[in-house]
Amino acid sequence: MATEENKNAAPPNGSKSASQQGFVYLPLIVGWLVPGGGHFLLRKWGRGALLGGSILAMFALGIAMQGKLYAGAHDILDILGLAGDLGNGLLYFVSRIAGWGADQVLVTTADYGTRFIVVAGLLNVIAAVDAHNLRTGRKS
Amino acid sequence: MTHFAAVVLFAFFASIVFGITQRETPRRMIHYGIYCFVLFVASAIVLSWVMYLIAR
Repeated sequence: MATEENKNAAPPNGSKSASQQGFVYLPLIVGWLVPGGGHFLLRKWGRGALLGGSILAMFALGIAMQGKLYAGAHDILDILGLAGDLGNGLLYFVSRIAGWGADQVLVTTADYGTRFIVVAGLLNVIAAVDAHNLRTGRKS
Repeated sequence: MTHFAAVVLFAFFASIVFGITQRETPRRMIHYGIYCFVLFVASAIVLSWVMYLIAR
């Protein structure tokens, strides 16, 4: 019998809520393209803001320190650096188009900056995978 | 920017991401984030002294 309480109650375990419907990899892709975006998509506003802010700050500090943006793969270290940089998603592509970052590491702080940019990309990948885990229910 | 300032900033931002992604409850996220931050900075100081003593 459908009483008022039953109508307002949460759906049974078998049915999916609105956040569980749709393309399961969307938070992963959005989280990669926009730091924190995957968490925003899942309405995890606080986590998304902290993740996005941290990754964006690390990337911006790297650029401000004249860090190098890897553009090509000439040896194994360049390939690894490029893979790390690509983890930044749209930040990397926008920076390449805008011509930010240095072509060569000329000062000590530029070396720090290069590492900041690579690590920001790797952290962004971890954050995107976390959004995917939240989406699939592997993490609460 | 000094090397130590870079280490502290690196540790701070990386610890936030580690805390949020590696733990489930907010309380455990904060504890793990602080734990990572302390380990990052402490290990950098210890390794710096080790390299300094080796180079002497």
